[in-house]
Amino acid sequence: MTTPADKPPLDRKMLIDLGFIDARAKVLDIAAFLDRLDRAASVNTSTDFRIDAIRAALAIALENSPARAERILQLWSDPTTEPVERSDGKAARGAHPTRTT
Amino acid sequence: MYIDPHIHMVSRTTDDYARMAAAGCVAVTEPAFWAGFDRSSAAGFHDYFRQLTESEPRRAAAYGIAHHAWICINPKEAQDHGFAREVMSMIPDFLSRPNVLGVGEIGLNRNCKTELAVFEEHLEIAAQHNSLVLIHTPHLEDKLKGTRLILDAITAHGKINPQRILVDHVEEHTVRMVLERGLWAGMTLYPDTKCTAARAVDIMEMHGTERIWINSAGDWGHSDPLAVPKAVVSMRARGHTAADIHKISFENPRAFLSQSGNFSVVAPRPTIS
Ligand SMILES: [Zn+2]
Repeated sequence: MTTPADKPPLDRKMLIDLGFIDARAKVLDIAAFLDRLDRAASVNTSTDFRIDAIRAALAIALENSPARAERILQLWSDPTTEPVERSDGKAARGAHPTRTT
Repeated sequence: MYIDPHIHMVSRTTDDYARMAAAGCVAVTEPAFWAGFDRSSAAGFHDYFRQLTESEPRRAAAYGIAHHAWICINPKEAQDHGFAREVMSMIPDFLSRPNVLGVGEIGLNRNCKTELAVFEEHLEIAAQHNSLVLIHTPHLEDKLKGTRLILDAITAHGKINPQRILVDHVEEHTVRMVLERGLWAGMTLYPDTKCTAARAVDIMEMHGTERIWINSAGDWGHSDPLAVPKAVVSMRARGHTAADIHKISFENPRAFLSQSGNFSVVAPRPTIS
């Protein structure tokens, strides 16, 4: 496989057998996470851009077109192109406010 | 038998060396990075570089693992240009040490101007010393922009053969641009913030196995020093051949790293320290 494979070695059915339970658990975890937020008290009324980012990504995940993972990563990315003057802290946050609100 | 070409063993226990050896690890390479806190002086970096080049190779050799290092000031601590230059002035001395492979892991963290300037100065040091280069790309929402800035800076600098540069922590949205420029790409198997083993196998299926490696980037944070052998298990489960598995987990890192005359998969004889 030095060059990209036409098709993965396993067929669709085999990949479902291999990955379904794991994917099922992850879907439930996301649903439960959103439920948990709904049950919690809110400190302010505006929505959190990170949750908007998850909702927008889930819409991409449900599309019937390829490269969903790549497109979700692009959606969450900083869309600017120039280096910034100063960094606003050491850690990135996982999504970019301007992309999903 | 495998190589973990990016792991921060100073942050790991001796038990991890034992487990890695038991899982078939024969060699590691350890880039200089941020240890979770900012060092207060250049002397702090000097001590760290000594740890990477003197103490860690001995600790690894006790488990039959060949240990190699990369030297630099990491982008998280490169916010003060003057301080960064003081640390960079120590790099040439360490590049001549027997286990040092090159300059790394340099790159960007939050994509700011000072980080970029320090990155460009590291590239120049590598060019002057004909060193290999290992590049860290930023995390999460900063990765796409940071990878583009890094690739543009490499092109503008233009003095280093792209085959001697590895751009690490690629994901689905950055792997193509790295490979298209003739550079090597690294996939980091990190539990939350980078690639899972399943996604790394997807990327190999979609982009092939030329000029690409996998690593654990095991460090002081949430990470797994056995991520490479676990990815090997995932590749097997996904129906990949033993030859492909050996290529990605052993032959590819050996091919890239052997461009430095200092790389070997044979550990020196253990010594009592
Ligand atoms: Zn690292």
